[in-house]
Amino acid sequence: MESGKNQGLNGLRILDFSWVIAGPETTRYLAFHGATVVKVESKNRLDIFRSYIPMAGGIPGVNRCGAFDAYNSDKYDIMLDLNKEKGVDVAKRLVTWADVVVENFMPGTMEKWGLGYNDLKELKPAIIMVSFSMQGQTGPNSRVAGFGTELQSLVGYTSLIGWPDRPPSGTNSPYTDFVVPWYGITAIMAALDYRQRTGRGQHLDIGQLETGASFLSSAILDYTVNNKAAGPMGDHSDYTAPHGAYRCKGDDKWCVIAVHNDSEWRSFCQAIGHPEWTKEPKFSTLLGRKKNEDELDKLVEEWAVGYTPEEVMEKMQKCGVASGIVATGQDIHSDPQIKHRGHFKLLDHKEIGLHSYETPSWRLSKTPGEIRMPSPCLGEHTEYVCREILGISDEEFIELFQDGVFE
Amino acid sequence: MKEQNVSSLPLTPYRVLDLTDEKGYFCGKVLGDFGADVIKIERPGGDPSRNKGPFYHNIPHPERSLSWFACNINKRSITLNIESLDGQEIFKRLVKNAHFIVESFPPGYMEKVGLDYTELEKLNPRIILVSITPFGQTGPCKDYKASDIVYMGMGGMMYISGDPDRAPIRISVEQSYFQAGAQAASAAMIAHYHRQMTGEGQKIDLSIHESVVCSTHLTSFFWEIGGKNVRREGDRVSRGTVSPRMIWHCKDGYISWRIWVAQQGSRTRALVEWANSEGKAEELKDLDWEKMDFNHLTQERLELWEKNFIEFFLTHTKTELYEGAIKRGIILFPINTVKDLREDIQLQWRDFWLEVEHKELADTITYPGAPIKSSEFDCQIRYRPPLIGEHNEDIYHYELGITQEELVVLKEGGCI
Repeated sequence: MESGKNQGLNGLRILDFSWVIAGPETTRYLAFHGATVVKVESKNRLDIFRSYIPMAGGIPGVNRCGAFDAYNSDKYDIMLDLNKEKGVDVAKRLVTWADVVVENFMPGTMEKWGLGYNDLKELKPAIIMVSFSMQGQTGPNSRVAGFGTELQSLVGYTSLIGWPDRPPSGTNSPYTDFVVPWYGITAIMAALDYRQRTGRGQHLDIGQLETGASFLSSAILDYTVNNKAAGPMGDHSDYTAPHGAYRCKGDDKWCVIAVHNDSEWRSFCQAIGHPEWTKEPKFSTLLGRKKNEDELDKLVEEWAVGYTPEEVMEKMQKCGVASGIVATGQDIHSDPQIKHRGHFKLLDHKEIGLHSYETPSWRLSKTPGEIRMPSPCLGEHTEYVCREILGISDEEFIELFQDGVFE
Repeated sequence: MKEQNVSSLPLTPYRVLDLTDEKGYFCGKVLGDFGADVIKIERPGGDPSRNKGPFYHNIPHPERSLSWFACNINKRSITLNIESLDGQEIFKRLVKNAHFIVESFPPGYMEKVGLDYTELEKLNPRIILVSITPFGQTGPCKDYKASDIVYMGMGGMMYISGDPDRAPIRISVEQSYFQAGAQAASAAMIAHYHRQMTGEGQKIDLSIHESVVCSTHLTSFFWEIGGKNVRREGDRVSRGTVSPRMIWHCKDGYISWRIWVAQQGSRTRALVEWANSEGKAEELKDLDWEKMDFNHLTQERLELWEKNFIEFFLTHTKTELYEGAIKRGIILFPINTVKDLREDIQLQWRDFWLEVEHKELADTITYPGAPIKSSEFDCQIRYRPPLIGEHNEDIYHYELGITQEELVVLKEGGCI
C-alpha cells in the first residue's frame, strides 16, 4: 500500500489515539504526505463521528459516515481495548515503534491507561507526544469537557458572527477545530527538527482556546490598546462600503461584493448601469457611502437579484471589483478553480463506494502528497499492524484475539 | 524542568525572508513563534499593509497599525526595493543564507522581477519558496480580485453561518489570512522535514480561497456523501436529522449549550437535575437521555424539550452558568466577547498574555502569547513588531558588510 514516491514525510511514524476533528485532521495531512499513521480505536470507544450522519446511501453503519470518512483517509486502523492490560501492552509496543504520539482526550485520560507522557518517555525517551485539548493540559479549566461547536463561544467567535440588531447567530461549523491542525502540524515538524538536533523528545500541549484566540489577535490588540471590543457587523466592514452578501436570482442564492476605493466605486456604478450614483452626494465619497450604507445595500441588492451569483461575480470581476459567489457544498464541488487545482480526488471506499476526498490548500512542487487509501473501516488493519508493524507472531495474535484485546 | 535558553527554540537555526503583505504575514509570525529568525523585507516606505486598521489609539500611521503589530511580532525589518537591480543583488545574497522565502505577490510577479523559483534554486538549492495567493498560481480564477469576504463566501464558510432569514455572514474579524498563513506555515514545515532528510528544497503554491475550503466543516462532505447542502441555522446547529438549539439568552448575555443524547446523554440529565433543583424543567425529570439517538428524533419533540430550559437560563448570569456547568460536567460555555476573553481565568493561569514594551510609543501593549506549550521550550516574544527598516544596519552593514557610504547611496537611489 506504500507509494513508491517520497511524498515528504515517508518513513515518519505516527501513533494516533485522537478522534472527532482536531487530532484526526492533523494526522490526515501527515498521512497525505506519506507518514505512516496508525489510528487506535475501540468498539467501546468509537470515534463519535462513526455515528454521525450523513451516512452513505442513508444506510446506518460505522463505516459509512461522511464526517469520519472526511478526516481519516490514508490511515491504518487498529482496534485495541485499552481497558485491558494486554491492550495497553500492544499500545506500548506501538509507542516504541512511533516517532510521534497524538491524542485529544480529556486531560488525564492517557495517564489513566498508563500512557501519559511520563510513561511514554520511560518507554522511549525521544518520543514526541502531542496532546490536543479544549483549554490546555494545565490550569483550573483544563478538564472542562467540550467540543469545538461550543468552545468557539468561549474564544469569542460566536459573538462575532451575527447582526448588530440581533442575538449572535453563530455558524454551523466548529470553527476552532480548524485552527488547531495548522499549529499541530507545524509544532510536530518543529519538534522533529529539534529532536534531530538535540536528541530530545517533548510533550506538546495545544488547546483550542489559545490557538483560537491567536486568530483573533488583531481584535484582541484593539481591545487591549483601544478598549474596543469588536462586535458582530453582519457583512459590513469598518473601512469600506458597499461590502456584503447580496441576494441573487434563484433559491437562497447570494453573491458577495466588496468595493474598496473610489476608483472601484466608479467602475462598479458603471458596471451596474448607475453611473449617476457617483455624483450623488450621499454616495460620492467613502464617508458618504459608509454613512448611508444600509440604503446603498438595498440598491445594490435590487440590481443583484436580477442575476445569478455567477453572473454578478463575472460582471464585478470584469470591472475590477472583488466579488465571489456564496458557495454551497455543491458549488464547491463544481468550482472551476477548485477543479483546476485538483482539490478533490476520487477513491473507492469498500462500503461508501467511489467518491471524492479533499486535499490540502497547498501544492508542494516536489513532494505533492497523495491520497492512497480511503478512510479505514473499523479495525480494518488490526492484523496488518500487528503482523507487519509489530511483528507479532500468529500464535500471539490468536491469543490476543481470543482475549478480546482487539475490540 | 526546562533547561532552555532562547537559542534552543526549535526553529532557532533557520531564517525566513518574509516578503508578504497582509495576505501572508501570519505565516512568518507562526514560524517566528517557534524561534525562526524572520526578516520582514518591506518596500522602501514600508509594507503597504501597515496602513490597515485598527490603529494604536485610533491614530492612522504606518507604525501604529495593530493588525500589523499582531502578525509581525518577533520579526526584524529591512527595507529593500526588489525591483531595482541593486535590490535584487542584495536579495540574492540574502537568499544564499536563508531557509525559507514567503511571498504573497500576484502570480507571475516574482518571475517578472527575475526572482522566481528557478532563479532562487540556482542560488540555494535547499531554499523553500512559499507563495500565498488568492486563488493559486494558475487556473481560471488566478487573477480574480478578492478580499476576506470573497474567500469566506467562495470557501463555503458563509453559507453555513448566520440567520436563515437573512444573508449569509462572515466572521466579523477577518479570518482568511490567518487560515492561509497558518496553513502555509504547516506546508513550509512539511517541506522542511523533507529537506532535512534529503537536502532537497521546493516551492509551495498555496491558495487562500482553498485554505477556507479546508477550514469549513460539513459543507463539502455533506454534499458528497449526503447529497444535501448544509445551510445556516442561526441559533441552531445541524446534528443528525435534527437541529438542536445552541445559542440561549441568559440574564446578562448569551451562552452556548445543546441537548445531548446517547453517549453524552448524562450531560443533559445533569442540567435537567440542576434545573429541577430550582423548580424548573420538571416535565423532563424522567426522560432517559442516554437511550435516545439524534438520528431518530423529530425536530418538534426536541423543541418541546428545549422550551423547558429558556426560563432557567434567564435566571442566571453567564458566569454562574459556566461555573455551575463545570461543577456538574455539563457542556456549556459563555458566549464571550474579546473583553471577556481577556478576563478568562484559564488564559491568565496559563500566562497567555504577554506585556511587550513599545519604547517609541512610551507604552506597554498586552499581546496574546504563543498558543502552544512544550515541555522543552517556551515560545517567547523576542522582538516587538519592528519599525520600518529598523534592522537595515544590522543586516546590510554588519551582516552583509555593505559600508555606511554605500548604504547612503542605496538609500538615495530608492533601493532601501
